[in-house]
Amino acid sequence: MASYSTNEFKAGLKVMLDNDPCAIIENEFVKPGKGQAFNRVKIRNLKTGRVIERTFKSGDSLEGADVVDVAMQYLYNDGEFRHFMVPDTFEQYQCDEKAVGEASKWLKDQDSCTVTLWNDAPLSVSPANFVELAIVETDPGVRGDTSGGGGKPATLETGAVVRVPLFVQQGEVIKVDTRTGEYISRVKE
Amino acid sequence: MPNVWQPTCSMDMLRLRAQILDEIRRFFSARTVLEVETPILGHSSGTDPQLDFFTTEYGTPPLQRTLFLQTSPEFAMKRLLAAGSGSIYQIGKAFRNGESGRFHNPEFTLLEWYRVGFALPQLMDEIAELMAALFNGRRALNPAQRFSYQTIFQHYTGLNPLEFSYQDYCAYAGDNHIPEAVSICGQDHGLWLDFIFSHKVQPHIGENAVCMVYGYPACQSSLARINEHNALITDRVEVFIDGIELGNGYYELIHAEEQGIRFDKEAAVRQQRNRPATVKDKHLIAALEAGLPECSGMAIGMDRLLMVLANTASIDDVLNFPIHRA
Repeated sequence: MASYSTNEFKAGLKVMLDNDPCAIIENEFVKPGKGQAFNRVKIRNLKTGRVIERTFKSGDSLEGADVVDVAMQYLYNDGEFRHFMVPDTFEQYQCDEKAVGEASKWLKDQDSCTVTLWNDAPLSVSPANFVELAIVETDPGVRGDTSGGGGKPATLETGAVVRVPLFVQQGEVIKVDTRTGEYISRVKE
Repeated sequence: MPNVWQPTCSMDMLRLRAQILDEIRRFFSARTVLEVETPILGHSSGTDPQLDFFTTEYGTPPLQRTLFLQTSPEFAMKRLLAAGSGSIYQIGKAFRNGESGRFHNPEFTLLEWYRVGFALPQLMDEIAELMAALFNGRRALNPAQRFSYQTIFQHYTGLNPLEFSYQDYCAYAGDNHIPEAVSICGQDHGLWLDFIFSHKVQPHIGENAVCMVYGYPACQSSLARINEHNALITDRVEVFIDGIELGNGYYELIHAEEQGIRFDKEAAVRQQRNRPATVKDKHLIAALEAGLPECSGMAIGMDRLLMVLANTASIDDVLNFPIHRA
C-alpha cells in the first residue's frame, strides 16, 4: 500500500494506525507562527468503531489501509457466521458477530447492505439506511388514535425494537431509519 | 463543482476588510508612523527553520536567478529602520509554503509595524489600543489581559516551561491524552513547548478578550532579545483572541553579531531537518552592523483578525479566493 503524508490526510482516507485499519474523519493543521507544525487528526478505528484524536508532526506519514466498501446481499445465518454475497460475482463472505455488530438487528435475508473489507476480510457491516421490516409483536393500538405523541414499542422480525405510533398494528410492515433506529412510515403491501 | 469561480467570502466581508484597512491606516497616521512598502520578491529569505518559502526564477537562462517570495517583510523593514526611517508600518502579502488549513492560507496579509524607542510593555499598550479601536462598535471584548508565558503555561498544565524535565513532561503527556508527544518531541524542549502550548494552553486563552502572552522561554526566542533581568526568557509577545494566534512581536535584537550567530544556528537546524537551504541576508547583517535603533516590532495576521472580528470558522470565510480557488 502507498503511504500518505499529513498533507494528504482528508476525511474518508483509510490508513493503518497502531496496526489497526482506521478512517480519517477530520484533519486540522495546527501551527504556532514561530513553531513546529502539527496535524491534529480525528480518526476512527474501523475494528472497534472508536474515535480518537492523534497528533502528527506535519510531514509524517502513515501507511494506507486496504479497506473497501462492497455492496452485498445478506444470505443467511448459520448460527455461528452470517453469510453475504457480492451480487455481480457471486463471491461469498462470512462474518462473525463481532464484524456484524449492531447491523445484526436490521438484517433480513436477501437485504442489501454494505460490507467493509480489510485485506479482503470482512471488518464491519452497515445496513441500508432504510429497511422495511414486519412487526411480529406489539400491543393493540387505541382505536382512532392517529397522533404522533406517545407511541409504543414494537418488536420487528429481526429482533429490533422500535417505537411506533399507537395506530400501527402487529403484522404490518414498517420503514425504519437504521441510523437513528426511528420509525418512518407504514409500508403498503 | 458549480460556482468555484465565485469568492468564498461574502460581499459584507469585502467591506469589513476595507473598513479595517482604513482604520489601521488612520490609527498609525495619527501616531505619525509612516506607511511603507517593501519587496515581496527578494534575493534572500528568512532562516526560520519552521517556515518554508516559495521560490521563483527571475529572467531567462543563462541569466537566471532564484528569487524568494518573502515569508514576512521583517528584514527589509529593519533595513529601513537602520537607514533612519523612524517608526514604520506595512500592510502587505506574505507567503509560506505548505501552510493550509482552517487558520492558514499559503498567501496571506500581514500588518507589521516597528516602533523606534519602544520596549515590550509599550508595544503591548499599543497592541491593546489598536485592537480596542478595531473592535469598537463591532464586537464587545472583555478587557485585554497580559500573562507571562510561565504563568499561563503553569496554570493550564502544572509544568514549568522554563526548565525541561523529560520525566514530568512525559508523565503530563500520558495523563492528558497526548501520549504521542513523547515520541514526537523526544528530548527537544522547544518542540515539547510547541506541542503542549498549542494543544493544551492556547485553546483556552483569550476567551472573548485580547490576551497577550510575553516572556517566551529563551529556546523560543527567534529574533527577540533575551530579557535583561532573566536570561531564561525573551522579550517576545504573542497575541491571542478566542484561542486563535493573531500575531507575534519582539523587543528587537539589535546586535549584528548575535543575529549572525542565530542565523547560523537556524541554518544548521534547517540542514539537520533536511529543509531547503536559505540564502543568508547579508544586507540585513550589514544594516545591523550599521546600527538598528532600539525598537520593538509586531506582526498581525490580518485574515485571522477578520475571522475573529466577524466570528467565522474558517479563513476561507474572510478571503475572496483562497489557494484552492486562486
